[in-house]
Amino acid sequence: MADLETFRTEVHAWLLAHAPQSLVGSMLSNDEGTWGGRKAVYPNPDAKRWLEIMAERGWTAPAWPREYGGGGLSADEAKLLQQEMAKLRIPPPLVGFGLTMIGPTLLQYGTEKQKREHLPAICRGEIRWCQGYSEPDAGSDLASLKTRAVLDGDHLVVTGEKVWTSYADKCDWIFALVRTDPKGKKQEGITFLLIDMASPGVSVKPVLLISGASPFCETYFDGVRVPVENVVTKLNAGWTVAKALLGHERSMIADVFGGGGPRKAKGSALAALARKHLGAGEPLPDPVLRDQIAQAEMDTKCFSLTVQRSSDGMKSGHKPGAETSMFKYYATELNERRYELMVRIAGPQGLGWEGEGFEPDELGLTRAWLRSRGNSIEGGTSEIQLNVIAKRVLGLPD
Amino acid sequence: MNLALTDDQELLAKTAADFVAEHSPVARMRKLRDTKDPLGFSRELWREMAGLGWVGIPFPEWAGGAGLGFAELAVVLEALGRNLAPEPFLSSVLLGGQAVLLGGSEPQQKAVLPDLCSGSRLLALAFQEESSRYDVHRVATRATLQGGGWRIVGRKIQVLDAQVADEIVVAARTEGAAGDATGITLFLLRAGAPGLHRVPQHRIDSRNAAIVQLEGVEATRADVLGEVGQGGALLEKVVDRATLGLCAETLGLMSEAFDRTLFYLKTRVQFGVPIGSFQALKHRAARCFIEIELSRSATLAAARALDEGSDEAQKLVSVAKARCSDAAILVSNEALQMHGGIGMTDEHDIGFYLKRARVAELSFGDAAWHRDRYARLEGF
Repeated sequence: MADLETFRTEVHAWLLAHAPQSLVGSMLSNDEGTWGGRKAVYPNPDAKRWLEIMAERGWTAPAWPREYGGGGLSADEAKLLQQEMAKLRIPPPLVGFGLTMIGPTLLQYGTEKQKREHLPAICRGEIRWCQGYSEPDAGSDLASLKTRAVLDGDHLVVTGEKVWTSYADKCDWIFALVRTDPKGKKQEGITFLLIDMASPGVSVKPVLLISGASPFCETYFDGVRVPVENVVTKLNAGWTVAKALLGHERSMIADVFGGGGPRKAKGSALAALARKHLGAGEPLPDPVLRDQIAQAEMDTKCFSLTVQRSSDGMKSGHKPGAETSMFKYYATELNERRYELMVRIAGPQGLGWEGEGFEPDELGLTRAWLRSRGNSIEGGTSEIQLNVIAKRVLGLPD
Repeated sequence: MNLALTDDQELLAKTAADFVAEHSPVARMRKLRDTKDPLGFSRELWREMAGLGWVGIPFPEWAGGAGLGFAELAVVLEALGRNLAPEPFLSSVLLGGQAVLLGGSEPQQKAVLPDLCSGSRLLALAFQEESSRYDVHRVATRATLQGGGWRIVGRKIQVLDAQVADEIVVAARTEGAAGDATGITLFLLRAGAPGLHRVPQHRIDSRNAAIVQLEGVEATRADVLGEVGQGGALLEKVVDRATLGLCAETLGLMSEAFDRTLFYLKTRVQFGVPIGSFQALKHRAARCFIEIELSRSATLAAARALDEGSDEAQKLVSVAKARCSDAAILVSNEALQMHGGIGMTDEHDIGFYLKRARVAELSFGDAAWHRDRYARLEGF
């Protein structure tokens, strides 16, 4: 423990010495960050510099092995680095699915060549990844996917359509599930494939959401030739890899919504919003909204305590407990409930789409509420999460 | 605050679970009820629990206690809650015992705590009144100055284990009006004091509770716990500790009710398949599981906060009680529903869990009451 405390002191000093001045104290929420990639757009020049400084140190992926561009830190040290950055409100140097999804999956399942080709490029923010899982006819029933990949010499020829590919229009590579064997059990004919989106035959079309934004795309593959060496593990063995990646995805989603980031202010953010819209005074003038605010804040507290109990348990050497299976479900349901409540607190001011009569904060809130409706759908619907809990944790029969 | 149990606490939890499984099956509680047992629990088992050190967990070593904290007490109470053991932890260790520990003078503590820890003396705390609901400051019982002491008149309801207690801590108003936080004084009274009458009450959970009628009970300055007129704040602290204890017990009872229900879902066959294969039941079971996990985190956090003397303790006790109240009602209602008709019979144990869950919900503040308190503490 003394070593960890020394490490904390060193990290704190290093961050203050190396982080661009303009970034220290600049982070307001935990969804800001630099996504990298060939088409990278940086919020400001210091964000680019910060990425370079941290990549050089290996701290964009602090817990990955040094040989693949990571920092070689222990899980405790990596968490501590995150905590110190949060305390100083320094934004993460790099975010994205490379770090949270495909990277950890390649560390577990990739060949040495795949690791050397992809992991350092992820750490340096050079390549941005997207996820090619869902299809028009394969949502919750993911294993029924139809995008075909036919072997032709030392290449696979891919034809089909993926939907809900987040940020595909801004990405360089895609990890995709493709069908290599149409016969037999549907889970057994799936291959996990890494595809360069610059390959001929790949095209991308953004999808407009109810919130007015287009974070997702449809991605089309028309006879795209992919080297066989881009298969992760083996042909027709992709389902195991796919599920492992979903595990990483769900913990990432839970992390984003789980209040892991810094709090904007002391006290209840919902109550602050209510004071703005309902007027000052204590207790809040609307007893029903006040009760709902208390409920939402107490639920949030219970959830963050559960995340903490889980991580404290793992620090004392326990395996991840059954409680982790609920994180994605509860985090997203809670986030949706909070946004609904915020719109209800805003009242008529929560109804604006754009233009006159609404403040930017109010418009942002309304759009965020609309976007949040997808939280309980993407990354495995709430119903699928409940199925998983019933089967894997509670042992209920099929 | 670390929310993982220490190795010692894990061991204690296991010891307690084994002991309760062996010595206190639910059948024991059923028999106490069916025979209308006048004591309502087992003195022998209580002494054994004292011998194991459980009764003395939150008391200092000089009194024969273990000098441990609420995290330890919580794991024991969770184990007892699993099998609905009716031994008087809430009344003696938490309500009466904590009042003496927090408010008692040295002579008062010396006179009471060693016997309490050894299992030979029982306490109760009489604070609830007909119109007080969950507000511990709504005390109408009056203590009027008379000579060098007081004369107490009033009526307390649902006083846990009052009829078996050797001493009863009574909250009475020495000044002000019902609802005032100040002006309340706690008195440590002998249960056999002249003018103190106990009338047993019968609640759905078959646990001991009684009306304590105070008809001119005389008390002296030596009987006062803490400062005259300052009992309101003391009472709040004591009831917070008891609330945490009740949360731990509730956590145990909902966990057990859920485990029994899961077993039923896996073994009860209808339409040729186990009913647990139906998605309508799976999703509801998964939601119960989630609520229990959240309850566990909140209860442990509240216990740790009390042990650390944290500023957040009151808030976390409210978070835990609101969560455990709602979760226990959800889980016990679902447990009964999923058991189907057999769950409605007195012969089946699951109904005991439903009844105790309701009592736990409506003791020391229900979920809405604690949400209100949380909002007040958070300043909104």
